Amino acid sequence: MTAPQHAFHFAQFNVAKLLHPLDDPHTASFVELLDPVNASADAAPGFVWRLAEEGASDATGMRPAGEDVIVTLSVWESRQALWDFTYRSGHLDAMRRRREWFERHVEAHLVLWWVPAGHLPTLDEAMERLADLRANGPSPRAFTFASAYTAEEAARHLTSGAAGDTTAA
Amino acid sequence: MEDIDAIAALQDPVRRRLYEYVAAQGREVGRNEAADAAGVTRTLAAHHLDKLAEAGLLESGSRRLTGRSGPGAGRPAKVYTRAREERTVSLPARDYRTAAELLAEAAEEAGLDTGLTAAARRRGAALRDSTAPCGDLDEAMRLLATRGYEPYAAGASDDTEEAPGATERVVRLRNCPFHAVAERFPPLVCGMNLALLEGLLGTDGPVRARMDARPGECCVVLEASKNNEH
Repeated sequence: MTAPQHAFHFAQFNVAKLLHPLDDPHTASFVELLDPVNASADAAPGFVWRLAEEGASDATGMRPAGEDVIVTLSVWESRQALWDFTYRSGHLDAMRRRREWFERHVEAHLVLWWVPAGHLPTLDEAMERLADLRANGPSPRAFTFASAYTAEEAARHLTSGAAGDTTAA
Repeated sequence: MEDIDAIAALQDPVRRRLYEYVAAQGREVGRNEAADAAGVTRTLAAHHLDKLAEAGLLESGSRRLTGRSGPGAGRPAKVYTRAREERTVSLPARDYRTAAELLAEAAEEAGLDTGLTAAARRRGAALRDSTAPCGDLDEAMRLLATRGYEPYAAGASDDTEEAPGATERVVRLRNCPFHAVAERFPPLVCGMNLALLEGLLGTDGPVRARMDARPGECCVVLEASKNNEH
């Protein structure tokens, strides 16, 4: 009656505008946290994948959304797995200090969507989902934690040839 | 059941003792254990535990407490845990939750984390009776119990992040008093909560609060400061 949970994975993309460059002393306390927090993500229950630049341990060198905007792109087994890592692990302590390092976000800075299990989203795909969320508000193809959709809702939306796809790259 | 009816179910003193005992354990509790804790017979405890489950204050399930299974393991025993659902009654009607959510939403959008944590730290300090920082972990536990955090002592064995080779006590908090708002705006509200507790415990005292979030509990833990080691 419902699609099996493992048929879909939960993708996450967020952007954060740095107040100071990564090599600036003001940002040093953030940079220090990168490796331990990324390691805890890799070991977290339900973690599937995260984007890292070739030859690097993270994606902080990739700047698809602007010179001073760092990005995170990752895939999880479920919404709950991502939620628990983001807000119920050591990651929360880093998040509460976000104003020390990042500008306040005026537009949506986090987008969530379902992907077929095994699919690893590209940065282009992630940027397009964020643009969709910003332009059209939450929908089954681009949403937020506060407006989350289930994998079944997302699948139904896709198979019904929904209007949101006109913006797809 | 209406919240006021559910809460009224706690008027019976035995029932209230049973509820408070089950809530404080943070795990499934069987009828025998609850009866012993409340100092009543198993039959009376069973009656009241089921009333509490009917009222929606407890959730009940069944489990083989012996860990055995198959023939001879006996009938599964009924076990109880506190229900997750919140109950509130305010007379006359008040709606601070909507106000809190709206203020949090505005603070999140405006990026007011720093101002909020400063206000929370001041409030925490004002809530403390004395000017001296909190004296030790036992005092901290009593203080936080009165504020609804439901503190409990935990070994540091599952808490190896810092403190190499230490068996120091850590106090964890079973209940988040700001749960509904914290779920919607975690970094903002959990940061506020940490600052409030830091203010309440006092800076540079023998007890410190730090963030150590895990599912199902308050995001803060308390431990002895390591100040005197420096």
